[in-house]
Amino acid sequence: MPEYTLRIRRYSPESGEAAHFEDFNIELDGHRSVLDGILQAKDRQDGSIGIRCSCRAAICGSCGVRINGKPNLACHTHLDKAYETAVDGVIVVEPMGNMPVLKDLIVDMDSVHWKKIHRVTPWLLPEGEPPEREYIVPPESMIDITQTMACIQCGACVSDCLSMEVDPLFIGPAALAKAYRFVGDPRDGQHAERLRDLAEDEHGIYDCTHCFNCIEACPKGVAPMSQIMRLRRIAGSDHGIDDRNNGHRHEMAFVKNIEKNGLLHEADLLPDSYGGKFHPRAVPELVSSLPVILRALQRGKVTPGKALLHPHKAPKEVKRIFRDIHDREERYELNLYVVGEEDEPESGESVAQADAAGGHLPAERSPNQ
Amino acid sequence: MPAHDVLIIGAGLAGQRAALAAARAGATVAIMSKVHPVRSHSNAAAGGINAALNPDDSWESHAFDTVKGSDYLGDQDAIEIMCREAPNEVLWLEHAGVTFHRNAEGKLGTRAFGGASAARTYYIADITGQALLHVLYEQMMKHHEQIDRYEEWFITGLLQDDAGNCTGAVARNIRDGSMEIFAAKSTILASGGAGQCFKPTTNALICTGDGIAQAFRIGAPLMDMEMIQYHPTTLAGNGILITEGARGEGAHLYNAKGERFMEKYAPNKMELASRDVVSRAEQTEINEGRGFPDGTVALDITKVPRKRTLEALREIVNIGRDFAGVDITREPIHIRPGCHYIMGGVKSDVWGATPITGLYAAGEVACVSVHGGNRLGANSLLDTLIFGRRAGEHAAERAGHMTMPTPSRAALNDQAREIEQIMQRSGGRRVSEIRDELGTMMNEKVAVFRDEQGLTEAHEVVRRLKEEAKTATIDDRGTVFNQDVLGALELGYMLDVAECIVVAALERKESRGAQFRTDYPKRNDEEWLKHIDLSRNGDDVPKVSYSPVTITKWEPQERVY
Repeated sequence: MPEYTLRIRRYSPESGEAAHFEDFNIELDGHRSVLDGILQAKDRQDGSIGIRCSCRAAICGSCGVRINGKPNLACHTHLDKAYETAVDGVIVVEPMGNMPVLKDLIVDMDSVHWKKIHRVTPWLLPEGEPPEREYIVPPESMIDITQTMACIQCGACVSDCLSMEVDPLFIGPAALAKAYRFVGDPRDGQHAERLRDLAEDEHGIYDCTHCFNCIEACPKGVAPMSQIMRLRRIAGSDHGIDDRNNGHRHEMAFVKNIEKNGLLHEADLLPDSYGGKFHPRAVPELVSSLPVILRALQRGKVTPGKALLHPHKAPKEVKRIFRDIHDREERYELNLYVVGEEDEPESGESVAQADAAGGHLPAERSPNQ
Repeated sequence: MPAHDVLIIGAGLAGQRAALAAARAGATVAIMSKVHPVRSHSNAAAGGINAALNPDDSWESHAFDTVKGSDYLGDQDAIEIMCREAPNEVLWLEHAGVTFHRNAEGKLGTRAFGGASAARTYYIADITGQALLHVLYEQMMKHHEQIDRYEEWFITGLLQDDAGNCTGAVARNIRDGSMEIFAAKSTILASGGAGQCFKPTTNALICTGDGIAQAFRIGAPLMDMEMIQYHPTTLAGNGILITEGARGEGAHLYNAKGERFMEKYAPNKMELASRDVVSRAEQTEINEGRGFPDGTVALDITKVPRKRTLEALREIVNIGRDFAGVDITREPIHIRPGCHYIMGGVKSDVWGATPITGLYAAGEVACVSVHGGNRLGANSLLDTLIFGRRAGEHAAERAGHMTMPTPSRAALNDQAREIEQIMQRSGGRRVSEIRDELGTMMNEKVAVFRDEQGLTEAHEVVRRLKEEAKTATIDDRGTVFNQDVLGALELGYMLDVAECIVVAALERKESRGAQFRTDYPKRNDEEWLKHIDLSRNGDDVPKVSYSPVTITKWEPQERVY
């Protein structure tokens, strides 16, 4: 039976000792989980090791920890896999981040995670009385939100959210994924109100910096960041809600710019992002950007002639791509990843599908791939 | 001292449903659990929930399937109630926000399940239990003003007044070790099953029979305790569950010789016969040398179109990959019968009321009995919700007519002293050692096939372990998250439950449902069409008595699939 060393971060508020690491040698097959390892140490060596755990099958969400610095469920990480990423052959197990530690590997999820979940009004708010039988809804929409229902509230995404590290008030990946579960639910009657609320909160959907950590961390393929991006797109495109960071208009300006010029014409990009050169909102932004513009002129990055009369026009191929996209009726917003493919997908095919599902996003972590 | 009209112990589906029903009826409610509610074991119910909701289906058909599945040990009045109320419960869940699978018209869609004569299982991919649990928790958050949640509190004992009525419970706050008395007009046990008495088991580590033992200790009778369901498809070694949904979707079972052996045992229903039937078939194949060397047979899901598997069995694709290293869409996976569910529990009526006034039980902790000798797949979620709701309503109604009891602090002091005493012990066996010995032994001697000799030995072992548990030692002497001391208390619960299981299995000298006695291989309706009830008898072996099975319209017949 192979031996592994687990280096567990210990902390007991009663002992008066500072947090420290303690090594435990365990004997288990490599395909057994880190949780099995911790439980063996607890059973045989030190029953005081604190870890929440229950199902051992990655469905209850209790045993979120950091293994070799990365958040995951202890029951969902094989010992041999953990050993591969271990420095000096020692598997390091620590409590999750962004939440206060209560004891050893146990963190206070109530004061952070659950408080944020509460923040998004996490219950269905249907319009009017329910129908006599079930609500009739498109089958895809239920599959779509089932991806966020797959969230087990383990906190792994919260643990490594970079935005939350900087802004502890950020509503965060898990709670915003929960919000998408209602915004994507055709039975909910408060989509606009929910979106406005989450968009206007300065710690809301526009506080995400797109770092992908939560997608990496999630053991259930919920892809919280993709849900946040969906919330943004639905807010901007379907409800005309202003993006606090102007990101949506910037994106639109970018697209328009390329469609027109084929190549990026930077001199137009900034004013267009604020509604055009003569838009009142653009004036202060342009003024505040003057030093940058001047420096660019000085260094020859832009010339006044080029800035005013952009010579490049989009070639036919670019126009065709844009026409193709505009002609598509459907906007691919659904979490289609729970829809299986017919058979072995070629790698190109699966990329195309992920692309369709996530718009401009890279392929989400999916059990299908 | 916190005081509520209704105190609910356990926050899985039965507990949360009871809390919502009691709050709706106007009661003040406390719900308490040793884990956060969404960690509850209801999560594990993957496949779905049964209801005769289609116009061409009928509750009578659902009820008959359940009666037959129970091997005629289920109480038919209770089964009728469950099956009649099932359609409305599913619609209530849908209206509350459950993201049930839809058919092409956007209506609720079904899948087939074992032992059922129609496709009447409603589901959410293969995370049905999880999705229901999380949606109920959404509703609990919504009603946070009416429902006080005590998350991560551990019950150390139920309270009784001088007349024997249940008046609440004593609990320990796991976070800081403080103890508190919770007074309640009505107390509902919804604390789940006891699968940890067996090793391996599909059950979560928290399923240690707490509520069954707590009720037993204050004099509530237990019923049908011999009926332990072995699920046909669990992973060898760690016991992780592969949902019956796999067979519902069309997966087949093969022995090592490549034979689809269910042809011999259940030529009509094949893999979708009742669980006891399929588990016995597998165990027979394995015992007679037609299994694989690791003591398993093969479940072949490659029969199911890959697209369908990826859509509808997403979670077991993950489980196959993560816990067995197998891509189930491409190759068969090795499985074996594993301890999964206890049909027995605290004897309760169709409103969840137990013979102890003021004490209710609902869900796996209870025995109504709707499952009798064998539970049908996708009837457990239904049981938790129907009887959770009914218990919540009845408990709230009852509370409306009485004054708040005022339990004394004596019980709290006793239980605090007991915990203190556990922490002071030294020199005995480790709690974990006794627990492992118990589980391994039960899985050997009280499993799919049982006989007098094995059960007698099992009983001796349990009695010895009970003695050893009195001096068992732990390491943690702290107050904050002292899981070690809770483990010692749980061991006590498990041993009480295990003894009842063994005693009832010894008592029932016939084969019915999940109880198969190789020394009494036939069902014997003349002598054994009755429930076995067990009550506490001091520290001695539990006292056995019998109660009749309620039969309304389905007379016992021979059971073939």
